[in-house]
Amino acid sequence: MSLKPMSLYPIFAERVRSNIPVALVTVIDGPNIGAMMLVSPSTEALGTLGDNELSRIVARDALGEVEAARTGVRHYGPQGQTTPEDLVDTPTVRVFIEAFSPPPIMWIFGAVDFTAALAKVAKVLGYYVVVCDAREVFATRRRFPMADEVLVSWPSPLFSDRGHALTSRDAVCILTHDPKFDVPAVQGALATNVGYIGVMGSRKTHAKRLERLAEVGITSADQLARLMSPIGLDIGARTPEETAISIVGEIIARRTGRGAPSLRDSDGPIHK
Amino acid sequence: MRELLNDIERWQQAGKQIAIARVVDIEGSGPRDPGAAMAVNEDGEVVGSVSGGCVEGAVVAEALEILRGDKQPRLVKFGYSDDEAFAVGLTCGGIIHLFISPLNW
Repeated sequence: MSLKPMSLYPIFAERVRSNIPVALVTVIDGPNIGAMMLVSPSTEALGTLGDNELSRIVARDALGEVEAARTGVRHYGPQGQTTPEDLVDTPTVRVFIEAFSPPPIMWIFGAVDFTAALAKVAKVLGYYVVVCDAREVFATRRRFPMADEVLVSWPSPLFSDRGHALTSRDAVCILTHDPKFDVPAVQGALATNVGYIGVMGSRKTHAKRLERLAEVGITSADQLARLMSPIGLDIGARTPEETAISIVGEIIARRTGRGAPSLRDSDGPIHK
Repeated sequence: MRELLNDIERWQQAGKQIAIARVVDIEGSGPRDPGAAMAVNEDGEVVGSVSGGCVEGAVVAEALEILRGDKQPRLVKFGYSDDEAFAVGLTCGGIIHLFISPLNW
């Protein structure tokens, strides 16, 4: 069996560009160093690591890694052994499994100036950005050329069509300030597994919004605790661009579970 | 590597040999996570990065040796007090493990 039966790169690049989840598997230590495989869900693994059993077991593991969007090194015996007893006194094969998962998603409700700045910053961080507003004159590609999609829609249809796709990596930012729009957007977002829900508005607006949410039956403390409102970190942001930074800073801090103080004023390792 | 695809393909179309260096592991504080990648072509042109700029120069030298066939694809370690691999180190005190190999797949 040849170790390089086909060109993997073009297929790899095509899958990455089409946002098809793919794991790029490389032997980085052991026999057949440099041997590679491509693994995607619901399709046959391509390439080989040199040993059939090793390839089969690594492909199985890689599938799990790509589904969890995890990248890292795993150790195997030459025929794919994974239990510690089997690995004693055998040369180990170290395999780098790199997961390429579709980019995280950010939905921004409200086609306002803050939206343009937030969409721009979210693109820098690699988000797939969807801007949504019910008002046709505001929700235009011309105003949001940086967004991946600009939709003229009320929140509810978007959530019922596509809300199931949102995961803990994704974010919903509600910047409308308009209860007509805010309330169904919050309602829709709370019904998903989205990791971050931020809602713009002053503390006063927030208090009024809570009353309106209660009117539609959203009163549970657990549900309301998911709302980041007023949205953003307390960094004194004024302009739309500064506010965008405070929002994405909050999204990062929520994901990593940090309290977002300055590094100078905290202890411990910078990267955990 | 996602962000390198366009440059890689531009080089491929120009018939250039290409090596890829990828961060596969970090110990302690490292500036880039596993998966961070840079590509080097036979002319020494570079896209992407694997650290905060601390080790890229040494990686280019290593990649060119691999492209010339003077060295095999391999794991390379850079660390704060690591003077065996190269006389460069990370200012953040961590250790990064890179895998450098030709793009012949």
